[in-house]
Amino acid sequence: MALRTQALTKVFRGFRAVDSVDLTVHKGGVHALVGPNGAGKTTLFNLLTGFVAPTSGTITVFGEDITGKQPEQVARRGVARSFQITSLFENLTSREQVELALQGLTRQGFRFWRSQKLLGRHRARVDELLAQVGLTPLADKPVGLLAYGQKRALELALVLALDPQVMLLDEPTAGMGIEDVDRTIELVRRIAAGRTVVFVDHNMHVVGSLADRVTVLQQGKVLAEGAYDEVRNDERVITAYLGEADHA
Amino acid sequence: MTQSVVRQTSVTEAHAAIVGSGSRRRWILLATGLVAALALPWLVYPPVAMDIAAMALFAIALDILIGYTGLLSFGHSAFWGSSAYMTGLIATHYGVPFPVAVVGGAVFAMVLALPIAYLSVRRSGIYFAMVTLAFGQMVYFVGYQWSGLTGGENGLQGVPRRFFGIELVETESFYFYYAALPILLLGMWAAWRIVHSPFGRVLVAIRDNTPRARALGYDVEKYKVIAFVLSAGLTGLAGGVFAISHGFVALTTLHWTTSGEVVLITLLGGIGTLWGGILGAFLVVMLADYLASSGFDGIDLVTGTVFVLVVLLFRRGIWGTVHHQWLTWLQRRTSPRRTQADADPAGPRP
Repeated sequence: MALRTQALTKVFRGFRAVDSVDLTVHKGGVHALVGPNGAGKTTLFNLLTGFVAPTSGTITVFGEDITGKQPEQVARRGVARSFQITSLFENLTSREQVELALQGLTRQGFRFWRSQKLLGRHRARVDELLAQVGLTPLADKPVGLLAYGQKRALELALVLALDPQVMLLDEPTAGMGIEDVDRTIELVRRIAAGRTVVFVDHNMHVVGSLADRVTVLQQGKVLAEGAYDEVRNDERVITAYLGEADHA
Repeated sequence: MTQSVVRQTSVTEAHAAIVGSGSRRRWILLATGLVAALALPWLVYPPVAMDIAAMALFAIALDILIGYTGLLSFGHSAFWGSSAYMTGLIATHYGVPFPVAVVGGAVFAMVLALPIAYLSVRRSGIYFAMVTLAFGQMVYFVGYQWSGLTGGENGLQGVPRRFFGIELVETESFYFYYAALPILLLGMWAAWRIVHSPFGRVLVAIRDNTPRARALGYDVEKYKVIAFVLSAGLTGLAGGVFAISHGFVALTTLHWTTSGEVVLITLLGGIGTLWGGILGAFLVVMLADYLASSGFDGIDLVTGTVFVLVVLLFRRGIWGTVHHQWLTWLQRRTSPRRTQADADPAGPRP
């Protein structure tokens, strides 16, 4: 069991954004969270990564209770996340950002008396990661110059740099054109090998291609869970979500 | 499409394009700055030159927080002033050479900064500024009330300037400047080292995108506390030199207006540049000196007006604006070659 929540609940001023969610993600699984807007997917992500403290319930990662841990502590326990809205460091190059991510789990960041050349020790690994997401030729460009799809790829490189056991990807294909979506599916499939992945996506093509298990959320609650085909044919899900998506 | 992207981000691109020639430019700048620092007491009244140099380090120390970490401290008079008092007390009571007293003052400022930082960094933005202002006021009142130690409103009188056996008297401000300058330059070098270290990279990351930095495993609060304490230490070096230079410590060194003045200097010069602090200190101290010697009363009125004008006209501060214009100019000059280089497919997409 890579990741497990029990009766996880988050109440914002009386609004139950996440309502008693029991989620079990198996080791090595690729698990999709879907649901209409406002279903609580992003709040659930924020709970899992420590950005929001739960009102009640527990979260365990490989048997270890991480409930109430801070985001940096969660990251240090091998759970890395990407963000729904591209979230990078605008003033750094791709290489500098990946160096920063690789340094994140060490104590090197506290060395205020050393030169930044110290970050060069990660060079081989940085090159490898940038190659993996196809950004090698753009390594030394400021991130402001990257195209949207490239920025999303860099996001994934930052997540990968932490060498996480569990990757949480918040809408990895949000706002992409069809070509970029297909490339991203390929990329996620490649980097998912040997890791556990939980992702949120509105695009059913993405969910169908990647996920071996799907949880459908509605109004903060788990509406259905199962393999993609099971869930897709579930009456309640069709009414709540897929029915609407077909018309869209 | 590639071209439109290039135009939008022309300046960052220009910056990237000239990275190769950056180190030569940096040496020229450094040499110019050093010559200016050495020539300063020939050009302006030496005690004023000393004030400029001390304020420059003060502003640079604050820039580590404002410009590189994104924390606007409005309570740095606490560290400037407490180091000034501590330096004055050490120099008065122990008869040590003044650099030793200055280092003692700086260490005291760092010790004081630790709990203040710890309690302040939990807030950000305007709340952080308010909390630091409140701590600054608390330190001010301690200085005001504890008159047995600090002299209260009269300040700490008769701080000696001993320099390894030599007693530098009032008239020798010119020589004192050269004796004290290395301390300030060392402080400036330390600031440069800090912002260009792996630690400095993390600070910039925190400034630009705190949640992302946390998601990468960085304990943001710890980094902010360390940055704050380092900044307070460098502020303390500057405050100590200031105290020795004046030969007495006034209560105004702890007053919130001192915090305001250094924020003004840092913003005026341009945040996130380090050089801006030097330029800002030069302009503000010179202006205040000119106005004071011409018998004009409303110094704050004039500096306030200058500040408002600069903020409206040069949003990046003076140094920041000049730097930006320079990069834009370089970009325009190198533009044709670069566009061609960019015309080949910009690499694979994900």
